[in-house]
Amino acid sequence: MIKHLSSRLGPARWKLFVAVAALTGVTVTARQQPPAAPAGQTPQQPSEVELVITAGGGSVPHYAVPDFIALNPEAADLAKSLAQVLWDDLAYEREFDMIPRDIYSSIPAARTADQIPFDSWRELNVDGVVFGTVQKTGKDIKVQIRLYNARSRRQVFGSEYSGTDQFPRNFAHSAADDIHKQQRNLRGVARSKLAFISDRERQRVRGTGQQNRESKEVWIADYDGANQRRITLTNELNAGPSWSPDGRAIAYSSWRKVPTGGGIDVYVSRIFQGILENPTKGRSESNMQPVFSPDGTRIAFASNRSDNNNEIWVMNVDGSGLRRLTNHPAADVVPTWSPNGASIAFVSDRTGTPQIYTMSSTDGTGFQKITSESYADRPSWSINNEIAFAARTGPGYDIKVYNNATGETRQLTYGEGSNESPAYSPNGRHIAFMSTRRGGSQIFTMTRDGRDVRQVTTSGSNVTPAWSN
Amino acid sequence: MRVKLILVALLAVAALVSGCGKKAQPVPIPQPPPPVASNTPPPAPPPLTQPPRNVTEDLPVPAQPIADDAIGNKPLDDLNRDSPLKPAFFPLDGDDLDDVAKAAVSANADLMRKYGTWVVTIEGHCDERGTAEYNLALGERRALAVKTYLVSLGISPDRLRTVSYGKEFPFDPGHTEDAWEKNRRAQFVITSK
Repeated sequence: MIKHLSSRLGPARWKLFVAVAALTGVTVTARQQPPAAPAGQTPQQPSEVELVITAGGGSVPHYAVPDFIALNPEAADLAKSLAQVLWDDLAYEREFDMIPRDIYSSIPAARTADQIPFDSWRELNVDGVVFGTVQKTGKDIKVQIRLYNARSRRQVFGSEYSGTDQFPRNFAHSAADDIHKQQRNLRGVARSKLAFISDRERQRVRGTGQQNRESKEVWIADYDGANQRRITLTNELNAGPSWSPDGRAIAYSSWRKVPTGGGIDVYVSRIFQGILENPTKGRSESNMQPVFSPDGTRIAFASNRSDNNNEIWVMNVDGSGLRRLTNHPAADVVPTWSPNGASIAFVSDRTGTPQIYTMSSTDGTGFQKITSESYADRPSWSINNEIAFAARTGPGYDIKVYNNATGETRQLTYGEGSNESPAYSPNGRHIAFMSTRRGGSQIFTMTRDGRDVRQVTTSGSNVTPAWSN
Repeated sequence: MRVKLILVALLAVAALVSGCGKKAQPVPIPQPPPPVASNTPPPAPPPLTQPPRNVTEDLPVPAQPIADDAIGNKPLDDLNRDSPLKPAFFPLDGDDLDDVAKAAVSANADLMRKYGTWVVTIEGHCDERGTAEYNLALGERRALAVKTYLVSLGISPDRLRTVSYGKEFPFDPGHTEDAWEKNRRAQFVITSK
C-alpha cells in the first residue's frame, strides 16, 4: 500500500535539482510519486517519525538494496549496476548498516512493489528495503526508487528520476542523496565530485628548457572515483584545482605563460561551458593557489606581485577588487576559506617552518597560529569548524585535524605512506587526501575520524584533491 | 750579376776600339778604365726619375676557420638541452646559497656577461620531501635567492625571471638522498638570446 506523501518538491528544491542536473551534465529530474490513496480512506500526512526507519533498540537500521527490476530488456544491466551504486552510496555515510548484497539470493525477487517479501527481509533482520525499477528507451532512462519500512511494510520514500544514459550512475547518486536527506537530514556526497592533478597522459611540456617534463592536467571524478575526466588540455604544468561552490567552475594554477616569459597564473575554467578565464591577467609575477569563497563571489590566492614575496590576496572572481591580506617578508601561501567566508586559513613560514594560521578574510586581522608542528601545510576548513592539514611526522606526513572550537588537534593517519593535501567533503564527514600508502601518489578518501580509507585513483600520479559541493 | 755583365760589355767595346786603331795612325786615345777589381764599387747608376716604390706583395695565407662560438651559435633548444648555465643546489628546506652554489651562480654570471643579450629564467625546484603546496613557496624563494645574487654580481634584473616549480619536475625521480640533493636546485633556462 502506498501512503500519501506530501510533495517535498517545493520551488527551492526544484531549483536545486535543476542546478544539480546542470552540474552533472545529465538532465535528472525527480518527482515524488503521486498519491495512490486507497479508496475510502482519507489521505493523511504521515508524521516524520513514521517516515524515518529505525531499528529496534536504537541501533543503526539495517538496509537492503536488491537488484532493481528491469521494466524492459534494455534496462537489465542498469537494474543490477544501479542497485550496487545505490548500496555503495548509502554505505558511504555509514548511517545505515548495509546488508551485503551477495546474501540476498535466498530472497525471492519482487516484480512489483506488492510482491516485496517482507517476511523474508525480516528474517535477515532488514529494517529498510529498497525497491527500484528501471526503464530504458533508447538513450532515455527512467528510474523509480522506493524505500520501504520492512517492519511496517510501508513506503517511506518514493521518487522518480529521468534523464539520458550519459552518466547513469547519477540516478542512483540522486536517490542516495535524497534518502540521506529524508532519513537522516544529512547532506550526502553521492553527487559531489573530486578535482585533482594527474600526470597520467604524459604529454611533453612545451617550451625551451622543458625537455623530459610531462604535463600535469586537472581531472575530475565522481566522489567514488567513477567517470574520471580531464578538464584542462594545456600540455603544461597545472596545480591546485579548487571548485566554485556551484560546482560549475574550477580555478587552478597554470604554468602555461612561463615559456613566453610569464609567471604562474590563476585560471578559472567554466567546465560545462568550455570557457576559460584568467582573472589575475598575470605577467611575470606569480599568482597561484586560487580558492573560491563559499559564496562564489571572490577568490583568495597567493601572489608575489609586491616585493617578490608571496602574500595572501583576495579578488572578485572577475579579477577586480584586489586586496592584500598579509604583509610579511616570510612566505604566506595556500589560503583556504572558512565555511562562512569570514576567515581564511593559510600557511606561513614566518617562524622558520611552515605552519597554519587563520585571519579575517576582509582585512587580515585576528591573526592566529593554530599549529606547532615541525612542518604543516594545506589547510582545509570543514563545516564542522575543523581545520585539517598535513603535518610532518617522520620521513613523510600525516593528516591531522585542528578543532577550532576546542583548540585540540587529533591525528587521522599514522605513517602508512605519506599522507598529504587533505580536502573536506562538503558535509564535513569525509576527507580526500593524497597518499603514497599503496605506491605512487594516489587520491584516497576516508571518514573524518580516519576510517574507511578508499582509493579513488589508480592511473598515473594523482595529487592535490579538491571536493565539490 | 748585373755588374759583371756591364764589365764584360765594356771590355768588348775596348777590344773593338783597339783593333781598329791598329790600321790607323796610332793616336793616343783615352783608355777606358782598367777592369775593376770585384771589391771596387760599381759606378753610380743614373739618378732615378721616380720616387722609390715598395711593390712587395703579401704572401697568400689560407683562411683560418673563424673561432667557433660553440655556445653563442647554438639554437636555444640545443643550448638549454645541455645548458652552459649550471644549476645551484640548496640544503633541505632551505634557500641559502653556500659557497659551491655561489660559485656556480657566479660562473653563470660570467656567461651572462659574455652573452649580454641572454634573458634567463631561474627555476626554483624542491625535492619530494616537502609537500606539493608549500614547496611552491620554497621553490620561489630559491629562485629569488639566485636572482638576488646574480643582480649583486652586476646582472641586470631585466634579464632575469623567476618561477617556482615546487617538487613537480625533479632532475632525478629517485627516492634517495642522492636524488634529493640533485632535485633541490635552481635551474637556469635561457628564454631568449
